[in-house]
Amino acid sequence: MYHAIVFLPLLGALIAGLFGTSLFRNMGSDRVVYGGHHDHGHGGHGHDDHGHGHDDHGHGGHYHGPMWPMYLTTAFLFIAAILSWVNFWGFLHEGHDVKIEVLRWITSGTLQSSWSLRIDTLTSVMLVVVNTVSALVHLYSLGYMSHDEHQPRFFAYLSLFTFAMLMLVTSDNLIQMFFGWEGVGLASYLLIGFWYQRPSANAAAIKAFVVNRVGDFGFVLGIFGVFMVYGSVEFDAVFAAAPQAVGKTMHFLSWELDTLTVLCLLLFMGAMGKSAQFLLHTWLPDAMEGPTPVSALIHAATMVTAGVFLVARLSPLFELAPAARDVVMVVGAITAFFAASVGLVQNDIKRVIAYSTCSQLGYMFVAMGAGAYGIGIFHLFTHAFFKALLFLGAGSVIHAMSGEQDMRKMGGLAPHIRITWAMMLIGTFALTGVGIPGLFGFAGFHSKDAIIETAYASHAAPHLFAFGLLVISAFFTSFYSWRLAFMTFNGAPRADRETMEHVHESSNVMLIPLYVLALGAIVAGFAFEHYFMGHEEAVFWGKSIFRSTENEIVHQIHEVPVLVKWSATIAMLSGLLLAALFYIRNTELPKKIAAMHQPIYQFLLNKWYFDELYDLIFVRPAMWLGRFLWKKGDGAVIDGLGPDGVSARVIDVTNKVVRLQTGYVYHYAFAMLIGVAALVSWFTFGGTH
Amino acid sequence: MNWPLLSVVTFLPLVGALTLLFTGSDEAASSRRARYTALWTTLVTFAVSILIPMNFTMAEPGFQLVESHAWMGGLATYKLGVDGISMPLVMLTTFLMPICILASWHVDKRVREYMIAFLVLETLMIGVFVALDLVLFYVLFEAGLIPMFLIIGIWGGPRRVYASFKFFLYTLLGSVLMLLAIIAMYWHAGTTDIATLLSTPNAFPADMQKWLWLAFFASFAVKMPMWPVHTWLPDAHVEAPTAGSVILAAILLKMGGYGFLRFSLPMFPDASLYFQNFVYVLSVVAIVYTSLVALMQEDMKKLIAYSSVAHMGFVTMGIFSLTRQGIDGAMFQMISHGLVSGALFLCVGVVYDRMHTREIAAYGGLVNRMPLYAAVFMLFTMANVGLPGSSGFVGEFLTLLGTFQNNTWVAFIASTGVILSAGYALWLYRRVVFGKLEKSTLTWMPDMTPRELATLAPLVVLTLFFGVYPAPILDTVAASVEGLLKSVQVAAAHLDTITLTMK
Repeated sequence: MYHAIVFLPLLGALIAGLFGTSLFRNMGSDRVVYGGHHDHGHGGHGHDDHGHGHDDHGHGGHYHGPMWPMYLTTAFLFIAAILSWVNFWGFLHEGHDVKIEVLRWITSGTLQSSWSLRIDTLTSVMLVVVNTVSALVHLYSLGYMSHDEHQPRFFAYLSLFTFAMLMLVTSDNLIQMFFGWEGVGLASYLLIGFWYQRPSANAAAIKAFVVNRVGDFGFVLGIFGVFMVYGSVEFDAVFAAAPQAVGKTMHFLSWELDTLTVLCLLLFMGAMGKSAQFLLHTWLPDAMEGPTPVSALIHAATMVTAGVFLVARLSPLFELAPAARDVVMVVGAITAFFAASVGLVQNDIKRVIAYSTCSQLGYMFVAMGAGAYGIGIFHLFTHAFFKALLFLGAGSVIHAMSGEQDMRKMGGLAPHIRITWAMMLIGTFALTGVGIPGLFGFAGFHSKDAIIETAYASHAAPHLFAFGLLVISAFFTSFYSWRLAFMTFNGAPRADRETMEHVHESSNVMLIPLYVLALGAIVAGFAFEHYFMGHEEAVFWGKSIFRSTENEIVHQIHEVPVLVKWSATIAMLSGLLLAALFYIRNTELPKKIAAMHQPIYQFLLNKWYFDELYDLIFVRPAMWLGRFLWKKGDGAVIDGLGPDGVSARVIDVTNKVVRLQTGYVYHYAFAMLIGVAALVSWFTFGGTH
Repeated sequence: MNWPLLSVVTFLPLVGALTLLFTGSDEAASSRRARYTALWTTLVTFAVSILIPMNFTMAEPGFQLVESHAWMGGLATYKLGVDGISMPLVMLTTFLMPICILASWHVDKRVREYMIAFLVLETLMIGVFVALDLVLFYVLFEAGLIPMFLIIGIWGGPRRVYASFKFFLYTLLGSVLMLLAIIAMYWHAGTTDIATLLSTPNAFPADMQKWLWLAFFASFAVKMPMWPVHTWLPDAHVEAPTAGSVILAAILLKMGGYGFLRFSLPMFPDASLYFQNFVYVLSVVAIVYTSLVALMQEDMKKLIAYSSVAHMGFVTMGIFSLTRQGIDGAMFQMISHGLVSGALFLCVGVVYDRMHTREIAAYGGLVNRMPLYAAVFMLFTMANVGLPGSSGFVGEFLTLLGTFQNNTWVAFIASTGVILSAGYALWLYRRVVFGKLEKSTLTWMPDMTPRELATLAPLVVLTLFFGVYPAPILDTVAASVEGLLKSVQVAAAHLDTITLTMK
């Protein structure tokens, strides 16, 4: 069963990639290429037959090939998803951990690693998240991408991504995790750049890959460090030996530092890259260049949560490194606040949701930092449903608007696409955390509000700082979410008439995934709270998450003051009211306020100027340095003093030597004789000394 | 084995070259015959060479399949043999040669001579890896220069004379010093037998080791090439014909790494430890410096050449980390780089043959017409940036892991190469393959031909195979590397400053 869960998507990717795409369509013949290439250009090739203008659905043109590879791929994903739920169900009751070794991988001396599947509670949760959302996104894409001639390639990438993500969550050692880690990065790169004719998509794809590599740089150093300290990269061995390093120091770079703090922070750097945390977040908004289903699957529900998963998986290490956890908490809180603040003013519907994702990931990291791993994963779990729902809903809106993504050109869509509207509202309820304490709440009400309480209850040094930022962020979240809903669906239509006439509800193949996700957004919170953070919590997580005996955060959150309990709900309500005031009551107000506070508005609109800053301090200097080293270093210095200089000297000398040329054979013979004599005498006397 | 397997593998290509020498010079027909003769010769050589791993005992650290005969009246010995370090390199050579011949199918200038040059080169390269006598090694090592010099000088691009001259000048300097060192070694130890020299701990006094180490280093560092003696490589690659570049990158560069492992480390262990930091610095500079330079290249081949220098930086770093993982990784990286860089040069060759330019700016949007090419090129780009699952990852990872064990600064700086390589490789790919197909000169381009696919397909398979299952290579080198490290440790045991870690 576990093999099927992990490897069916890979099989699907191969089938869609090899049989669906036109990979072998254009194959040339040697005769054309090498025969008469002097008058090429006319050998029946004509001009580019599929490069014409493209709308927001990519390449334009339809896909005419067989559909079966895509149906098959989607079916595989559904099988994997159902099996994941079966497995998860088992863990809800009495699951037992499974470990399957598939194949030996890198072995060198004492370094051992293998391809293996490790199934415990944490993995089971991730399997459900990944395979469910992926299966639904596959289904959705059958409709959403039907106008794209490269649809099979899209499916191949989606399934490849799913496979890599599954390898990540089932890994039994750090190296396999790194494989999944980089594998999802590759798939993300390919999918962001899916519409390869757009320069912006290509730039965003490279940016995503390179920024992630910055995080991975820390991640690999962390792996090296773990191996140096524990002599192994396998989780069981490392976790068993983890306490031995408590209080020890290691020599890293030029300093003696606390071992576990160094290791955890290096590994966390990887998490920051993948989960788009503050400073390494710049790639995520740009990643919205990819098709919307990708945003839902990769950049909302699954891949970006890998960092959170990493910390949870390594909880036996992080639990022993409180200083590192403080950093995690601070970074998470800043990210939550920063991203939410930028989200307030964005006009692109997808970018708003992207910043929202970034912000919610910050929440999860605050939970991790507080040592409430189960609560963080709970938010990961519920967030997957409602954020995927919001993205796919946004996709449905974009689809209806013939590709328009700017909310300033939307408005008044509610009557035309009622189902999408309803679904988006459910998503918004879940994200903003609507609910009545003690009775019922949407998904986010259970998980997100728990994190805010966690931050308050935690004993970590920066816990009040985190709590404050999270409450403000909750207010921002509510505001931008409702702003999005109101600007898109309410008020008078701002699109031109032609577009408005085309507005239509999506087909069932796109709506069914929305229904399923909406169901998740409604019930995932209260149905599973019991297991993830309630009474069953300790039994449910078993050994998959480690908490030291002093860590009682899960109980302490029940003892916070009433005002703290209500703080999230108050923030949510005020955000809703303010958004209603701005975007329903008095639509001129936002513009006036923006005009009054231009510096702040511009600062937020330009995303705190991070892109400009990084361009200035990293990208440009690197390029300048590259050019300098090439022209001056290689060209002037090394070649100038080396071969070119030598050859110039040789030419000088030969010019002088020319004068020595007399033309008499015996002169040359004499010179040779002297040379040979010198050589022989050197060999005879020089070597023996 | 009761017949001399290694000799047969070494000299089969030479036999092919000789038969070519005696074929007629009727142009069209003889060109055709020359191509097929060369292809069949290399294929048969490869087929026979498969017997080497089949008769190889992995657990045995010493030399195997040894053949020994007196030569030059007892002055030197004709002695061949392989161990876990040389065997993978021999296999890499015999595996890549048919691919190179196939990639040269449409060379139309002096075909017979071209094929002879490649076949002679193959004999010399295999010989370098199997030679177990210093003099024999030296002769083959240097003789290999000549066919390569001719390949660049005759079948190369417009600046071929400059490039081949530069190539020659650099390597000559190194080889003269190495010759002097070999003479000195003979005088001191009284033998040129490599196996004997290896089995004598501290065959040379510590001071002498330093000089010998430096002399060998001069030669191997140029071959690698290490910074700052790398500038011949970009020029040589740019001017060399496609197959020449493949051989250069895939095999000739590996002679440097092989030399370090065969001679510098085990024969001059004190000196190797003494110069460890020196090599570290050069390696790290190579990785960062050339990666930055690669970022700004406007010529596809130059970019890949600079990236080769960076990748070789990981190899030297791994070797001189003197750790198990570092050396295993360096060996793996050499094989993997042979496959990946060879494939990248073939990829450049595919479009060069159509457009006759290597300038990056002349391309763009190739994916629109060449989806298969785009897919293959993507795979090797990713292998080049060391994506896990491709062979490029294993070597890079192990060398860094090994280095981290004894110098975190070096590993730290070298790891930035991981970021930079992603930058230059993806940017190259983006400029050549992605985007709209706007240049009218490109609109006729057909996708890869079946012949071109046949040259790249074996490399695709191996790159993925070794990425997922590297055990064949790692198991092969294991015993020999273990033995090598033990001998270094025994030899250096008298030093107080031992920083070796045997993990």
